[in-house]
Amino acid sequence: MTATPDTGSRPIIDVRGVWKRFGTAEVLKGIDLAIRKSEVTCIIGPSGSGKSTLLRCIAFLEEYSEGEIYIEGELLGFSLENGKRRRVSDAEVARVRRNVGFVFQQFNLWPHMTALENVAMPLKLARGIAREDAAKRARRMLEKVGLGHRAEAYPSQLSGGQQQRVGIARALAMEPHIMLFDEPTSALDPELVGEVLQVMRDLAAEGMTMAVVTHEMGFAAQVADTVVFIDHGVIAASGSPQQVFRKDENPRLRQFLQNYFERNVFWQGAEGAGAP
Amino acid sequence: MSFNPAILTDNWREILDGMALTILIWVAGTAIGLVIGLAVAVLQLFTNRWLAAPLTLYVAVMRGTPFLIQLFVIYYGGPFFGLDLTPLTAGIAGLALYGGAYFSEIFRAGFLSVPPGQIEAARMMGIGRLDIVRHVQLPQMLVIILPALANMTVLLSKETAVLSVITVNELTSVVQSIGSTTFAFAETLLFLALVYWAFLEIVTAAARRLEKRVGRFMLRTPS
Ligand SMILES: Nc1ncnc2c1ncn2[C@@H]1O[C@H](COP(=O)(O)OP(=O)(O)O)[C@@H](O)[C@H]1O
Ligand SMILES: [Mg+2]
Repeated sequence: MTATPDTGSRPIIDVRGVWKRFGTAEVLKGIDLAIRKSEVTCIIGPSGSGKSTLLRCIAFLEEYSEGEIYIEGELLGFSLENGKRRRVSDAEVARVRRNVGFVFQQFNLWPHMTALENVAMPLKLARGIAREDAAKRARRMLEKVGLGHRAEAYPSQLSGGQQQRVGIARALAMEPHIMLFDEPTSALDPELVGEVLQVMRDLAAEGMTMAVVTHEMGFAAQVADTVVFIDHGVIAASGSPQQVFRKDENPRLRQFLQNYFERNVFWQGAEGAGAP
Repeated sequence: MSFNPAILTDNWREILDGMALTILIWVAGTAIGLVIGLAVAVLQLFTNRWLAAPLTLYVAVMRGTPFLIQLFVIYYGGPFFGLDLTPLTAGIAGLALYGGAYFSEIFRAGFLSVPPGQIEAARMMGIGRLDIVRHVQLPQMLVIILPALANMTVLLSKETAVLSVITVNELTSVVQSIGSTTFAFAETLLFLALVYWAFLEIVTAAARRLEKRVGRFMLRTPS
């Protein structure tokens, strides 16, 4: 489904021994994760296991407590001097993560702007692109996610699925090298999930590098190159969808998948049909 | 005792001068106060605690002491610090500093009313802090804080009356002195009440119109 990952080159994202503490609570406990160009990595795991925190650390929306995160070879958020790390300026953080796009569970659109303005404003303010050019590119991005006809609508006039697609268009307009998705369909009514997943499938097929926190196991099985199972702040299992969903014997993972399938079985006859 | 509004028309020239002065002080003090309030709120939100501490102190002092005393300190105490202001300038500065403290609290609450996720999204896009304030936070919070801002503006119109203590011939002092020389207390007091009430109505009407304009996006219904 996706373009072949080029496993030889330097990873776009390289997470090395990352710890994250909130006060005394240890939320990430030594995470190692490499994401290569054109790879889709799906991150699954129980609620509260640290999935969002990991994604937010990669975007430096949270400062990680220990370890290193490299984005296209550059250390994110800190500089190393004689082995001691120092927080760099916000401007330097913004520079290093300029090619990282983020899609939020709650969309986080700006409600006082139309769909078009939501996509065009960052182009003007952060990239200095002239008004007309920004509007043109914004319109192209909205068309890409199937919302060309809703450009003038305000977020409150759009369905959840449409709002999330605007969120994706807004991130895409910045021409990111990697897109991070934090449960992009979890806030949606079930019938609206499909349209957002379709946009993400298309993106993956185009070769976009993606890290997706999701509870959509079907999507992970079909689209992911790598599935990562996080439990209590550690990567408890990872590998191809085949390895993680079918073969892995980690008991916590088996339990997690069992719960998932039980929640999704709605008819006795379907039992076992999609289960591992 | 008779009710004789002619007392007022007989002295229209002084009254008009006083009214002009009151409006000048009020408008200038409010405008500068809004700028101070916004600047203080932005600095408090975005700078480190060493810069925020003096600002917090300023807000606490202005809110915790009577305006009358603040005016005395600025006008009579100013020269000791090389600050020799005319009564009018001292009055406007005093009103602006006093109003600014309250305005800053209103703006601060406004900033906090915008969901943090929206600000994270903007940061993720590489938009600068001040651009986020201007394009993301201010347009949304204005709708919410407009009533509070209007309320404070009305309160400031009444505080201008205190400026007579530093010899500014604003409306209240002019009309009161007419009242005490002619003994037309009822007429003059009623007149003053009507004028300040008119100020209230003007500000409220202006705020309503502004609210409709900036709040358009919120009135739309989901389709
Ligand atoms: N800002 C925070 N302050 C304190 N604790 C937090 C914060 N953010 C997350 N946590 C805690 O970290 C743990 C992991 O959270 P999260 O990464 O959101 O989990 P997930 O996305 O896997 O559901 C949870 O126990 C949560 O309560
Ligand atoms: Mg989460």
